Amino acid sequence: MKFLRNQLDKVKHQFEKGGKLEKYFYAYEAMDTFLFAPNTTNEVKGSQIRDAIDLKRLMMTVIIAMVPCLLFGIYNVGHQHFLAIGDAGATLGQKIGVGLWQVLPIVVVSYAVGLGIEFVFAIIRKHPVNEGFLVTGMLIPLVMPPDIPLWQVGVATAFAVIIGKEAFGGTGMNVVNVALTARAFLYFAYPTDISGDVWTYLGDAQVVAGFSGATPLSVAGDASTNGNNVIAALNSFGTGWNEGVFTLQNMFLGFRPGSIGETSTLMCLIGGLILIATGTGSWKIIVSVFGGAYAMGLLLNLVGSTPYTQLPAYYHLVIGGLAFGAVFMATDPVTAAQTETGKWVYGLLIGMFTVLIRNFNPAYPEGIMLAILFMNVFAPLIDYVVVSANKKRRLQRATV
Amino acid sequence: MSTEVAEVVEKKSEPLFSKKNRKLITNPLDIDNPVTVQVLGICSALAVTTQMKPAMVMAIALTVVTASSNFIISIMRNSIPSRIRIIVQLAVVSLWVIMVDQVLKAYVYDIWKQLSVFIGLIITNCIVMGRLEAYAMGNKPGPSFLDGIGNGLGYGLILMIVAFFRELLGGGSIFGFKVFEAMGLDYKGNGLMLLPAGACVIVGVVIWVQRSINGYRETH
Repeated sequence: MKFLRNQLDKVKHQFEKGGKLEKYFYAYEAMDTFLFAPNTTNEVKGSQIRDAIDLKRLMMTVIIAMVPCLLFGIYNVGHQHFLAIGDAGATLGQKIGVGLWQVLPIVVVSYAVGLGIEFVFAIIRKHPVNEGFLVTGMLIPLVMPPDIPLWQVGVATAFAVIIGKEAFGGTGMNVVNVALTARAFLYFAYPTDISGDVWTYLGDAQVVAGFSGATPLSVAGDASTNGNNVIAALNSFGTGWNEGVFTLQNMFLGFRPGSIGETSTLMCLIGGLILIATGTGSWKIIVSVFGGAYAMGLLLNLVGSTPYTQLPAYYHLVIGGLAFGAVFMATDPVTAAQTETGKWVYGLLIGMFTVLIRNFNPAYPEGIMLAILFMNVFAPLIDYVVVSANKKRRLQRATV
Repeated sequence: MSTEVAEVVEKKSEPLFSKKNRKLITNPLDIDNPVTVQVLGICSALAVTTQMKPAMVMAIALTVVTASSNFIISIMRNSIPSRIRIIVQLAVVSLWVIMVDQVLKAYVYDIWKQLSVFIGLIITNCIVMGRLEAYAMGNKPGPSFLDGIGNGLGYGLILMIVAFFRELLGGGSIFGFKVFEAMGLDYKGNGLMLLPAGACVIVGVVIWVQRSINGYRETH
């Protein structure tokens, strides 16, 4: 630690006013504050209390909350790989090794591209490097399929940071969630690499007989199209090579193919607990997303006519990326609704739209991404309505 | 007395390509661009720009229609009763649209088929109607004609830029020529660029670049 401090102090004068590298002061400052808490104190006048929790520490809390999902994702990528090639005897170490080999490059590319662009914009616009990308850079790998080509991760990250964020003015000004913008970009730009049988990393190995890389959502969708019972289709999937992969319990724990971070509802809930306990994420949004999805599931159970709509509502909470989206994406404080009542409405609508899209749009097996992006756009409107209603109520009460 | 008369005569004989009139052509290319500054004609700009060839034909068609209708309306401007001027303008524009439509059908049938309804829809293009109302109704035929050319070119310029990026990124080609293949590279088409949303993003980026170069800010 001491060594780092000394090194930073040693080069500091070059970045200060008049120094050789004056132009790059904010790049230096970003590295400095990333490693150490800033030692600036308040002036003598005014408020004397300053919390060490600045934006950077807040972002680190979110990253810590994501660690369970990331670790489990790494393990699961390896686990699914060995299941797919029929090697049941693989050890835990081998699975983690394969997982790391696949996941780490994606994380590195996402951070390198994103932070590179952030630094360039910070230097051009002469403002400190914002911390917003710390979380985004980790979210992007977690919502990618494990075998996504790395150049696509880079292009998507660049698109999301430039068009999704910098065009609107940088951190805190974006209208839609940046990580989901990256995913939506790939979803529409290179649909063949992010839909269909891409959710399991196969490598060069021969797959086991009867292998299918389908996700529970596509299995459910297909079963429904063919008029079969969806639960039966889910339970009988994978016979022979991956028995019981889509049982309710297995999907809750997350031993199934899918995007790197989204598979385990349990790990997402642990992350959610960390967010709620530290006051970083809004529990209202998390709860209402789950509530909205459940309510819509129940409603469809009552009125729906296809087999998919007869899927028990609690299934919707554990399949797909609903839990991950609810905990890490919907709670993004920049793009979510700001008013407390608005948060309930916002979350509920996300949950309901997710289940609606899953049921009625065969082109999009998973709806959480589009639902969140859609509600991001509507969040300011929700806030506006809530604030106006509040004003109206208070005006009526006023006696003047 | 005599000097005053001389002045009036001088004004009347203002050359067609005076400095002021040249501005009519150059302004719409940049600071008064119909697409990126006035945000007109967006829907056809999103619809016909997946490839460069149809975009170019569309740009030429719109330039011809705008310039010719501007010219005709400007000749008639003093005899059009103001209460029915929109109908008169529409009649003139539709005449030119039908002519352009027939010419394209006769000579570039494939592209005409690709452009389909959007040639006919030039009649409701806000740029055409906007220029008739804003310029041709109050100016002489010569400058009005130049104004139509200028706005058509301004529209065409943006169309070509958008179409260039959409065709290059979406299909890896320029004017149907496979650029990446010719260089021996394997290019994977970007599906987003083929969707109207991709065009919207590119128009946005063009506006961003343009404004950071010329420093234009909207005034409220």
